Amino acid sequence: MRLKIIPDNTNWDFFGRAKLWLGISLTLIVVSFASFLYQGLNYGIDFRGGTTIRTESAQTVDVGAYRGALAPLDLGDITITEVFDPSFGPDKNVAMIRIQAQSEDEAMSAEMIKTVEQTLSAVSPDIKFVSVESVGPKVSGELIQTAVLAVVGAIAVVLFYIWLRFEWQFAVGAVVALVHDVILTIGIFSEFQIRFDLAIIAALLTIVGYSLNDTVVVFDRVRENLRKYKKMPLKELLNLSINETLSRTFMTSFTTLVALIALLVLGGDVIRGFVFAMTWGIFVGTYSSVFVASTLLLLMGVKRDWSKDKGVQEGNQFAKPDA
Amino acid sequence: MLQLELWKRILIWGVVVLGLVFALPNLFYTRVEQANDARAAIAAGMDTEENQALAAQWPSFLPSNLVNLGLDLRGGAHLLAEVKVADVYEQRMEALWPEVRDALRDERATVGTIRLQDSEPGILRVRISQPEGMAKALEVVNGLARPVTSLTGAGASDLAVSSDGSDIIVQLSEAEKLATDDRTLRQALEIIRRRIDEVGTREPTILRQGTDRILIQVPGIGSADEVKAIIGTTAQLTFQPVISRTTNAETSPGIGNELLPAADEKGVYYVLEQAPVVTGEQLTDAQPSFDQNGRPAVNFRFNPQGARKFGDYTAANIGSPFAIVLDGEVISAPTIQSHIPGGSGIITGNFTIEESTNLAVLLRAGALPAGLNFLEERTIGPELGQDSIDAGALASAVGAIAVVVFMWASYGLFGIFANIALVINVAMMFGVLSMLGATLTLPGIAGIVLTIGMAVDANVLIFERIREELRVAKGPARAISLGFEKALSAIVDANITTLITAVILFLVGSGPVRGFAVTLGLGIITSVFTAIYVTRLLIILWFDRRRPKTIEV
Repeated sequence: MRLKIIPDNTNWDFFGRAKLWLGISLTLIVVSFASFLYQGLNYGIDFRGGTTIRTESAQTVDVGAYRGALAPLDLGDITITEVFDPSFGPDKNVAMIRIQAQSEDEAMSAEMIKTVEQTLSAVSPDIKFVSVESVGPKVSGELIQTAVLAVVGAIAVVLFYIWLRFEWQFAVGAVVALVHDVILTIGIFSEFQIRFDLAIIAALLTIVGYSLNDTVVVFDRVRENLRKYKKMPLKELLNLSINETLSRTFMTSFTTLVALIALLVLGGDVIRGFVFAMTWGIFVGTYSSVFVASTLLLLMGVKRDWSKDKGVQEGNQFAKPDA
Repeated sequence: MLQLELWKRILIWGVVVLGLVFALPNLFYTRVEQANDARAAIAAGMDTEENQALAAQWPSFLPSNLVNLGLDLRGGAHLLAEVKVADVYEQRMEALWPEVRDALRDERATVGTIRLQDSEPGILRVRISQPEGMAKALEVVNGLARPVTSLTGAGASDLAVSSDGSDIIVQLSEAEKLATDDRTLRQALEIIRRRIDEVGTREPTILRQGTDRILIQVPGIGSADEVKAIIGTTAQLTFQPVISRTTNAETSPGIGNELLPAADEKGVYYVLEQAPVVTGEQLTDAQPSFDQNGRPAVNFRFNPQGARKFGDYTAANIGSPFAIVLDGEVISAPTIQSHIPGGSGIITGNFTIEESTNLAVLLRAGALPAGLNFLEERTIGPELGQDSIDAGALASAVGAIAVVVFMWASYGLFGIFANIALVINVAMMFGVLSMLGATLTLPGIAGIVLTIGMAVDANVLIFERIREELRVAKGPARAISLGFEKALSAIVDANITTLITAVILFLVGSGPVRGFAVTLGLGIITSVFTAIYVTRLLIILWFDRRRPKTIEV
């Protein structure tokens, strides 16, 4: 007896409600944009400079007392949040303190950090400072630039690769699906104000990679079927291809999600944001490769003559009009 | 059909075994680490019995490379420093003034009297009383310029000289600035390295980043402060003649002189001649010691050239004070009691023992050519790192077991083949990471977990394809072989696109992100290898023995 998430030989119609799915995606993109514009992202210090101090203490964290103690230091905007994680015992109380950047380009001075630490020690004598990170605004500005560059660069290179291996319609479909995934991921970070730092960019790029992986597998089958069934209407052909690869799509997403969920629950709070981004991205990426990339392919149409007969294109091999 | 040449089989097993052997040391992390440290100590001349015993913990014929743990896993300090390269322009211009003065003096007849004007740092502004002689003056100053000594700037002159009314304006040319920046950064890098080595922490990473930045990572140190105390100090030591002592901070020192505060007496200032008699560059040694009163001090020794200058100066100025200046503060200003010929001396001040030890280290390692700005500093406590390792290991184990069970439940025997390939894949990843001396970071662990999830993808593609081929009622051998063949293009395309993103991440990312890119990229390569070749080999071995008439995937 085999475990089967997807029954054999499915013949589901994925385009019957194509408009509905595209509508949902479009709405989500608009919501993401709106959220991004109105609330903005909760940037970590990597992107806007400042200092974060992670404290650990056996006593419960009294955010008010911490705030009260730090207020006279006149450090500007201070955020204090208590961190919870199932792995923390009752005598492990963790807080994250974030202090805005103090100077134009440099990180917070050592004396200043020391003062903050002493002040907090007065409130909670057994407090430990397990990590102190400080980034100057000069670097953080550059980090944003590189991050944006990385995401855009990755998308561009991939667009090129798919165009090379398939046809431009495929490339457009795949890239729109990618952009869709990236936007929805940024949207959820903005909507729930989850901290957005450098590691999240890595997560975004992984999502780009994964979403593509999924899309490419479907497209590969489409290409194969285009060669096999020359007369089949495109809609039917796409449906067939998705159905044929459905079992694989789910298997892979499922195993990846299983591994990621283990990390999400047990991996500790330090990388939770990162893992959350990836988990969400894989969920969205799987959806988009079926409902966004393929639907777009259907809307744009594709070249139907995939026969490899060289006789037709003899002469100038570079003269392919639509390549 | 279902065949694989012998040499291919041998090659596949060979690669697998190699990967496993290189991964092996990581299973005995502490033991191998101790053995490696002990061996390094023995090589450095500390051949003690204890070290021999530690070194014997791990046989020397086995590979002993370990995966480096990143700062976020091991704890330590991370600093990104910007070298203030413009400091050097300023020093160069200050040093150029006497030369310019002497050269123009020889032409007094045409240029008249010369006077140094106030100007922004890095620019020398000299006024001449006879502007008619400007052409001659410019010619003279230009004569002081030397060709730039760098590959790209070859042929260019190191000074940019221009005139502004009756002022001559001298500054470094753009080509020389570039060449100077490069030199400054290289010197700074070297001196930071020496200073950190003097303190003796293990495996520091000191890297140049871009044109004016240096990245410093020191694992295992308690806080970034400690590192900063060592590398943040410029430690420019000079011995300068004292003109007067004052308590008025507003005193105008006069051109060519400077007003510097005393290090331990608040409100006391010294007016000093700007040009030093000797500098820290002429020191050959510095050791912490104590003065006659038993207070911490630093003993130093000059090189012959410095010793001669210092000897001549002291002989000529008995009875007048001179100042020992460190980074713009007067540490002490003793009066010269007698001619000091030997070239050695002692610096006293209000030091603690720690301060005098640090100062000795700094003086020995040399001064930084320019000051540093710290743009980024991170300290991660070792406990937090350990927590992250534990959590990551637990999560990886749970994730891996879940994937293994799931694959077995879905594909039965073939699932087990894929699982064996998965285990080999993870081991090989560690093997390659150790071989390359790559650094494992927390996002890197996430990369491994992600790879575990995605590694089975290639096998899933193949198995699903075999199922399809079986449905069209082909023989098992044919179905298996077609499954591998037809799934290949999807596997290649899918993995190349992911590899592209990993490469881009590696190129533009830094620190932890880079660590993630490395594990992700390696994971893709090893997983394609194990999923395609190892699984295939396992299936072939099984198939050759059993020769089943029907198979179920």
